[in-house]
Amino acid sequence: MYKILEREDLTSNVHAYRIEAPAVARKARPGQFVVIRVDENGERIPLTIADWDEQEGSVTVAVQEVGTTTHRLAELKTGDAIANFVGPLGLPTEIEHYGTVVCVAGGFAVAVVYPIARALRQAGNKVISILGARNKSLLFWEDELRSVSDELIVTTDDGSYGRKGLVTEPLKELISVDKKVDRVIAIGPSIMMKFCALTSKPFGVKTVVSLNPIMVDGTGMCGCCRVSVGGVTRFACVDGPDFDGHQVDWDLLLARQRTYIDEEKLSFEQWLQKHAAAVK
Amino acid sequence: MPKLNLNRVEMPRQEPKKRGKNFQEVAMGYTPGMAKEEALRCIQCPKRPCMTGCPVMVDIPDFVKALSEGNLPEAVKALKRKNALPGICGRVCPQETQCEAVCTLAKKGAPVAIGRLERFVADWERTSKPETSPAPETPPAPPSGKKVAVVGSGPAGLTAAADLAKLGHAVTMFEALHVPGGVLMYGIPEFRLPKEIVRNEVDYVASLGVDIRLDSVVGKLATLDELLGDGFHAVFLGTGAGLPMFMNIPGENLNGIYSANEFLTRVNLMKAYLFPQYDTPVKIGKKVSVIGAGNVAMDSARCALRLGAEEVNIVYRRSREEMPARKEELENAEEEGIEFKLLTNPKRFIGNDKNWVTALECYQMELGEPDASGRRRPVVKPGSEFIMETDVVIVALGTTPNPLIAQTSKGLETTHHGTVVADEVTGRTKKPGVWAGGDIVTGAATVISAMGAGKRAAADIDKYLRS
Ligand SMILES: Cc1cc2nc3c(=O)[nH]c(=O)nc-3n(C[C@H](O)[C@H](O)[C@H](O)COP(=O)(O)OP(=O)(O)OC[C@H]3O[C@@H](n4cnc5c(N)ncnc54)[C@H](O)[C@@H]3O)c2cc1C
Ligand code: SF4
Ligand code: FES
Repeated sequence: MYKILEREDLTSNVHAYRIEAPAVARKARPGQFVVIRVDENGERIPLTIADWDEQEGSVTVAVQEVGTTTHRLAELKTGDAIANFVGPLGLPTEIEHYGTVVCVAGGFAVAVVYPIARALRQAGNKVISILGARNKSLLFWEDELRSVSDELIVTTDDGSYGRKGLVTEPLKELISVDKKVDRVIAIGPSIMMKFCALTSKPFGVKTVVSLNPIMVDGTGMCGCCRVSVGGVTRFACVDGPDFDGHQVDWDLLLARQRTYIDEEKLSFEQWLQKHAAAVK
Repeated sequence: MPKLNLNRVEMPRQEPKKRGKNFQEVAMGYTPGMAKEEALRCIQCPKRPCMTGCPVMVDIPDFVKALSEGNLPEAVKALKRKNALPGICGRVCPQETQCEAVCTLAKKGAPVAIGRLERFVADWERTSKPETSPAPETPPAPPSGKKVAVVGSGPAGLTAAADLAKLGHAVTMFEALHVPGGVLMYGIPEFRLPKEIVRNEVDYVASLGVDIRLDSVVGKLATLDELLGDGFHAVFLGTGAGLPMFMNIPGENLNGIYSANEFLTRVNLMKAYLFPQYDTPVKIGKKVSVIGAGNVAMDSARCALRLGAEEVNIVYRRSREEMPARKEELENAEEEGIEFKLLTNPKRFIGNDKNWVTALECYQMELGEPDASGRRRPVVKPGSEFIMETDVVIVALGTTPNPLIAQTSKGLETTHHGTVVADEVTGRTKKPGVWAGGDIVTGAATVISAMGAGKRAAADIDKYLRS
């Protein structure tokens, strides 16, 4: 079992868990992920590493409540434990001195962009970050991201905070007006990453995305995480999760992510019933 | 010479209709009376040909004789001298190409049912009271002060870990998954190998003092050099051949197309057959197509049937004779209603606008000249394409070793098939202090050959650590 050293509520439905996993903490790098299982009946799901502390022997992940597993996780508090925590998996994000890098974080992905932006800054890059969310209540870690960026632009879809609109608008301006952007890192929902890649493509600015297909083992054993990049099938868990966003077959990724949509619904409804009964 | 008894005693099995709907074990095992009757058929050949057919040289005539005399503790002792996992081997070894193939009575078409007897003896030991089962023959050796890392907890790793622990070494076994046992747990289904039996064997290995670390991916958590620098005096790699092969034909990434590894892992390891009680889902499918005809294909097909598929087809490009699956499992599959589309090979997968697979386009094949494997090579019949409807496809075309460890460590030589180069007898790799055995060296093979390799490597590691 892996103990939750601290649970922090980042928004009403996004929680950070600092989990005791010294061996993983020793090896974790920005961009890598872990596979977790909440309990004996649980499924294995991948979560990107948000932060780690080698000294303390802990790894932090941020989780948004969406389906059964993430809701089940949301029932756990500081001091509870989860059944499995495997990592660090996947290849770390390439960190070099590129010049100016724009880091785009969509929604709760700010948690995983943060260590990447930090590492890029440490490597001598000028880091401009764009943080986007649907509305103000979904924003968190703004100060953290600002502290590792030379410049931070915040957008909300409804204009309740920062600039009104989507992250692709400031991204396009930065690339087309300044023309000094050497690299883009875009992490968030697949659809956001797709549009970031489409935005930068005409300008030929390399755009790295972190793909999140369905996974089982996370070690290259099942092929569930297959994605198509540049017309070649790759296993996201071992060949990625980072890929060149201009080469990704986004429609395939989006379709494969929907494989178990019916089952997920069924499982979640069952969880809701159980949960309601337990609360009573 | 007494008259030869050529009536092999059949082993009771669940009725095909019934078993096709549950995940309980198909074969139910001999009763004591049946076991004795079958054991009495052995003529105790002085030259012991059966032993030469066994990759670990089990003292077959000895355990069969003890069994025929009703001396079960003695039978256990004789059997376990060479084979630490008889309950598993008795169920999954391809006896018909090993010991039973060379049994003297095979010439008369009725070899002694060595596998069934092995299973009977192992089950007796497992279920009988501790007082009646024999004490371990050799007490564990005094601590050697040496530490060994065993990577992977499949049959190769389990065997190596057990032997090394018995020899007095401190063994840590690293396993990537959340459950130990390798293919025995995630691949071979419950109805062929109850997980209870595997857990028993793992518990036994743990009871010898082996420290089992789950959720530990070597190559990620630590490289081989880090293990060797971190106090381990030797490393044994038994990480198997876990990387699934696909066909590289159009449409292969459609939804509903699984590698056998994924399908079986979902069903067996993650218990998707109990969804939604367990969280992991799997698509059940009405018309399931399984591509390939080895044990893995049969297991996939039979799992799909048990999940509730209406029709399950094995699609295989050669003919019946070339099918690599164990004969017994082929017959079981056929009885359960699995259909065989032989001399058939997919050309592409066809999908709908939601990216779901809806059909296979296949070629009809015919057999040509023998190829390198000695089997007649299937060739495409021109213009023979036809469409086969399907909503779930399971690709069971084999696996190769996962490159994760080789990629992250210098000095480990691999072949172009991805297998690790190791001495056939000792298991030594080209990297000092590192041994390997099982599927990682041979490519996908058998449980017993992986065990044999684990055993030989353990002996050589012991020699190395003491020199
Ligand atoms: C569906 C199926 C049916 C089969 N049926 C039969 C049969 O009837 N009879 C028969 O004899 N054989 C059968 N086989 C083959 C047999 O199971 C294998 O040959 C045997 O299990 C190989 O043993 P192994 O110890 O080399 O590897 P495995 O059993 O594959 O075990 C390797 C273990 O290493 C772990 N691992 C991998 N990489 C790492 C890493 N980097 N760090 C830590 N751990 C790692 C894996 O998770 C796994 O648990 C079957 C195989 C399959 C898939
Ligand atoms: S070859 Fe067959 S009959 Fe002869 S000793 Fe072995 S099992 Fe008995
Ligand atoms: S998740 Fe299984 S291969 Fe990537």
